[in-house]
Amino acid sequence: MRKTPLDRVLDWTGRLLLAAILGFVMLPFVVVFIASFNESAILSFPPRSWSTKWYVNAFEYRDFGLGLVNSLKIAAFGATLALIAGAGFAYVLDRYDFRFKALLNSVLMSPLIIPNFTIGLGLLVLSAAASLPRSTWLVVATHVIIVLPFVARSVYVSLRNFERRYEQAAESLGGTPVHVLWTVTLPLLLPGLISGGIFAAILSFNEFTASLFVVNQSTKTLPVAMYDYVREYADPTLAAVSVMYLVVVATALVIVHKLFRLEKVLNVD
Amino acid sequence: MSTDPPADGPSRTLGKHAVKIDGVSKSFGKTVALEPVWLKIRRGEFLTLLGPSGCGKTTILNLIAGFLEADKGEIFIDDELVTQVPPHQREIGIVFQNYALFPHMSVTQNVAYGLRTRRISKAETETRVREALDLVKLQDFADRRPKQLSGGQQQRVALARALVIRPRVLLLDEPFSALDRNLRTAMQVELKEIQSRLGLTTVFVTHDQTEALSMSERIAVMSRGSIRQIGTPTEIYDHPQNRFVSTFVGDANLFSADLLRKTAQGARLGVGGTTLDLDTYQDDLPDPGPVTLFVRPEQCTLTAPDQPGAITATVALSVYQGSHAELHLDCPASEDGRVMLRVPCGEAQDAGTKVGLALPQRGPAIYAKEGGPE
Ligand SMILES: Nc1ncnc2c1ncn2[C@@H]1O[C@H](COP(=O)(O)OP(=O)(O)O)[C@@H](O)[C@H]1O
Ligand SMILES: [Mg+2]
Repeated sequence: MRKTPLDRVLDWTGRLLLAAILGFVMLPFVVVFIASFNESAILSFPPRSWSTKWYVNAFEYRDFGLGLVNSLKIAAFGATLALIAGAGFAYVLDRYDFRFKALLNSVLMSPLIIPNFTIGLGLLVLSAAASLPRSTWLVVATHVIIVLPFVARSVYVSLRNFERRYEQAAESLGGTPVHVLWTVTLPLLLPGLISGGIFAAILSFNEFTASLFVVNQSTKTLPVAMYDYVREYADPTLAAVSVMYLVVVATALVIVHKLFRLEKVLNVD
Repeated sequence: MSTDPPADGPSRTLGKHAVKIDGVSKSFGKTVALEPVWLKIRRGEFLTLLGPSGCGKTTILNLIAGFLEADKGEIFIDDELVTQVPPHQREIGIVFQNYALFPHMSVTQNVAYGLRTRRISKAETETRVREALDLVKLQDFADRRPKQLSGGQQQRVALARALVIRPRVLLLDEPFSALDRNLRTAMQVELKEIQSRLGLTTVFVTHDQTEALSMSERIAVMSRGSIRQIGTPTEIYDHPQNRFVSTFVGDANLFSADLLRKTAQGARLGVGGTTLDLDTYQDDLPDPGPVTLFVRPEQCTLTAPDQPGAITATVALSVYQGSHAELHLDCPASEDGRVMLRVPCGEAQDAGTKVGLALPQRGPAIYAKEGGPE
């Protein structure tokens, strides 16, 4: 079909609009990226001379290394626990009818509307009242509460779209419900579960507000370490950290994407 | 469950019936999917549930398989009460329309699934899987994934997977409706052969009357959650017991008629300005008054328009069908104003031609008027 002039105008407007939106979204990152190579110790823009010394500084600053290790550890444990709990919850919600189902649903989904600082504060108060140590597990527990609704929702959606005929076929062939769950349901849901888990890990890795309440010097996460740093120093080290931070998260996202294509490799629908 | 099991308990000697459905009903909220249904399926029989979409066919299969729990009534398989038995203990083979092959397993693994759940030895599993794949002519595809097979091949894998466990009953839910016509015919023949060779009790679901007529030993015609007639294909086609069955299976011409009086052989009717003395097989003739007269297209014959006793009609359309022609007539005596009949291609007439229509003495059936009791 031939394009009229109007079509062309709309075409170009669309492209420009898209570019503008992308530019707007990317803008903070571009600014931070440029600032991270600023020679000067003052976080100014645009830089007059260039250097990579802030990257070196970022690596040498002890709290960042510690924060990164803590964050990775917490994200790994938190995502795993949230995935197990969330998947189980989604399964029960999808498959069973019981009283208070709606109530349970809203309680478990409530972190979606309760602000993170409330959750952090709540756990802080609770741990103090129960005289629990402010250990890594406290941070993990906080993160589990925060990411659980997201994981549960994503697994729930996979379950809703799951073709029940597979399970029925397996049952008719003599598979007990547990056997069917293990040999049919889980393998078919696996790609969705793994990407749900990585999604949870990224959310946990990014979490700041609630963490601020429940960490101490030794369990400090990377975002909290960054916050502490910026309160004391105003040099571009933080920009360098941000750039590296983004690289880590982007890598994780690429892995998720690869997993979706892995479905084709596995011949799973 | 509302009904208690029989007082003498389930018997273990195999009786005549492989499946017995005893007053089973099912509703989903306010939707009645199945009115109470009674159905006995004989051992080794090929029985088809035929009916339009939404009439409850799949619901019956799901109840036999145990995927659904009946609201009322009992189900027996091989005389064993199974109403409360979970699906994995019912020893039933199922083939679905969309095949439902496990996509993460090879053809062999799919077929072996039901043997592995039974903890059958590796050697025997191998033999039986090979036999099953031979049976459906898929020996060469053992290592493929379902995605690498055509629709017909996938359906054969599904059949092999269901057969390999030597099920007590084989259930098939519109298994061929996703296949194109030629393949569908080939699969029908293949299934029928396998079924009769194995002497397998089979419940086949379809909404396609041709498929039902050609494959079944008996057909249960369903509409709106109940069975309207059960019988052999001939009984269903030649002697439909009600208006629904007559129009759903095969083509039907329905005339407005007057039942003048019942006679020794059947009834005297007034139809299209003439009288017709009908010999009838029916033992449930409606009372005298307005009735519907049902006549198959092949029972009607064309005559000269002025022949005594003929109903007058006008040719509206002639449709060439290759082996014959379909004549559509405008006929005031017909309930919908139209009559259809088949004639040899050479005898097709032009639109507008006046013709006469003769009805036979034997064959047509009389039903109460639409809306009245059937
Ligand atoms: N899980 C369900 N929930 C609600 N209604 C259902 C469900 N399954 C079937 N039905 C309804 O029950 C009726 C019979 O359905 P079904 O047995 O699937 O028909 P068929 O297989 O003959 O097309 C339909 O009206 C359908 O909408
Ligand atoms: Mg159906």
